[in-house]
Amino acid sequence: MRFWKAVTAIIWKDIRAELRTKDIFSSMFVFALLSVIVFNFAFELRVPDMKMVAPGIVWVAITFAGTLGLNRAFVIEQDKGSLAGLLLAPVDRAAIYFGKMLGNLLFIVVVTVILLPLVMIFFNLSLLSWQHILVLLLGIYGFAAVGTVFSAMAVNTRAREVMLPILLFPVLLPVLVAGVKMTGSLLDGEPLSDVANWLQLVAIYDVGFTVVAYLTFGFVVEE
Amino acid sequence: MERSSRTLMIFTALAAALVLFAAYMALRGAPDAVGLTEDNTFAQRIIYFHVPSAWLSMLAFGVTMVASIGYLVTSKRAWDSLAVSSAELGLVFTLAATASGAIWAKPAWNVWWTWDPRLTTYTIMFLLFVAYFMLRSAMEDPARRARFSSVYAIFAFLSVPITFMSIRWWRTIHPVLIDPNEGFGLGPGMMNAFFISLFSFTVLYAVLLAHRYRLERTKEQVEELKEQLGY
Amino acid sequence: MSETDTPMIEVKNLVKAFGSKYALRGVSLRVMPGESLVIFGPNGAGKTTLVRILSSLSRPSNGTVRIGGLDLLKHADGIRRYLGVVSHAPLLYDSLTAEENLRFFAGLYGMDKPDERIKAMLQRVGLWGRRGDLVRTFSRGMVQRMAIARALLHDPEVLLLDEPDTGLDPQAAEMLHGLLSELSRRPGAVASGSAAGIERPRTIVTVTHSIERGLAIADKVVILANGRVAFESPVDGMTAAEFRPIYDEKCSPSAPPTTAGVNGGGR
Repeated sequence: MRFWKAVTAIIWKDIRAELRTKDIFSSMFVFALLSVIVFNFAFELRVPDMKMVAPGIVWVAITFAGTLGLNRAFVIEQDKGSLAGLLLAPVDRAAIYFGKMLGNLLFIVVVTVILLPLVMIFFNLSLLSWQHILVLLLGIYGFAAVGTVFSAMAVNTRAREVMLPILLFPVLLPVLVAGVKMTGSLLDGEPLSDVANWLQLVAIYDVGFTVVAYLTFGFVVEE
Repeated sequence: MERSSRTLMIFTALAAALVLFAAYMALRGAPDAVGLTEDNTFAQRIIYFHVPSAWLSMLAFGVTMVASIGYLVTSKRAWDSLAVSSAELGLVFTLAATASGAIWAKPAWNVWWTWDPRLTTYTIMFLLFVAYFMLRSAMEDPARRARFSSVYAIFAFLSVPITFMSIRWWRTIHPVLIDPNEGFGLGPGMMNAFFISLFSFTVLYAVLLAHRYRLERTKEQVEELKEQLGY
Repeated sequence: MSETDTPMIEVKNLVKAFGSKYALRGVSLRVMPGESLVIFGPNGAGKTTLVRILSSLSRPSNGTVRIGGLDLLKHADGIRRYLGVVSHAPLLYDSLTAEENLRFFAGLYGMDKPDERIKAMLQRVGLWGRRGDLVRTFSRGMVQRMAIARALLHDPEVLLLDEPDTGLDPQAAEMLHGLLSELSRRPGAVASGSAAGIERPRTIVTVTHSIERGLAIADKVVILANGRVAFESPVDGMTAAEFRPIYDEKCSPSAPPTTAGVNGGGR
């Protein structure tokens, strides 16, 4: 009970601050949009139908924008020493993890929700079905679950802005591969059951790494 | 110290002898593979180097992870030294496996590189090791370095099998049970050479790890002595 | 948390090393409940490291810390509730208002009806009029006052203050001084919202460079130099003029490394 109270307090605090400044949100969104446009030009002349590469573009745009957002999320905690403020409070370290992670998840989801209609217009395709949304959510969750731990590490290193993607992308690869595969299959009109093994893979990834993050987060934030 | 030094020297000599023997078995002792072109018959012998390297990179990675857990549980610096020593060897063997794979791929598949699941997975593993070392080099405080890299090693190691699975499915939806590299199977003579080289390389790894670990511990002791004398 | 004969804070042979660099080389201290300890020392003496360890933000490399009779490492979660910390960083969120910041931390400390307490604290540090303003618009002194309000919000039993007067103007420094005197000397005088229990003097550890103010609020004084306790004594009306030569002697670069024997001198 106290655990989730602390979790919601942390999420609420992040939303509060974000609604005021819109720092994280705007930079993430603009970056996602830019990546979509850049990819469009990178592929346009070589690919017969942009639908073929659209799944990849969506997932890479979300990954890039999400990385940017994760970086900002812990830089904010670090710069005024407020992470220490959180650590001083009598709350479980895991509550801090889930608070930050769910906050990150929420921001990425919001950016994705705004990005998707634009992608659908640009590439003339539909991503509005519960299957698509489920696939996106599972993937983004895995991203946030692992990314939150790594960003808490990255802010404490030199060259913190570049450290996060270097740490994150190799570990994140299965999610990216599965996400692209599933979104692609769904776009080709295949039923979700055809990609059940991929769905399982991402689910295992999500659950497994949430547990590992839960167990290790204390080592990352404490000294 | 003295005695463990001597033991290590003996094992070092043993490892050297074993590796030489394995090299002889690989190049001369093992029979030719049948049913291959002349080029491929020679190229196939890289298997005695390639597969042990790949195996050792996995083993090294695993040792790094176990040592990392050991560090997080005990906070003893020795575990971190073991983790980093093993990771360095892992990096070398991953590179060796990837490079020998590419050399073999040229005659066998007529390309240096293909996005085969194993090749891709080893590339990712290589990148994980690189990230591990970049993370370490970006921090000064040894305790924090040890904690962060331990956490990272655990994440990284657990992601490897998932990555491998995902890439395997990616190429063909149905899991491939037979590795294209080993599709032709190994005859009894080749089997002997194969296991000899596997064993020899594993001993080599253990000896190198022991040396590297000792070096790391010595480095720490020197640092500490310097600090004690100089304050 | 504890009765009077167990020390509120008990530090034994505390060592903290960052790699091969030692910040603390065996510090032992006792602070009794209600006692106010002031720590002086040159930069790099290990003062901040000591406060960070006491506040559970940093783990010692060796040695033990007991707070209220409990081992800090083992019972950190329980002990944190009783600690109030002012550190170098303000530990606040720039993009939240003064009131939102306090409300957030009140929530983390599990305070049920924090409104009155928040109001009392903001009034006390003179920021009630600015309660709706973002912390990022505050001057350094105001941020520091906020940091003090944050540290005292949950009415902690033990206060750990690392240079709490940084950036404060004379009036604010006076306010802080008054606040600390109340907390350490005059039971019940603090504007604490809760009426529960007997008001006890709080246990306070202050790190400061201001010798006059430090001595004025302290029962006991410690000089930390080179990661060791170089001097320890009850204040007993010692004046700054009397103390300064001792400080200069203990902290001069040529001072010989002190032996552990000095540590016992305090109580």
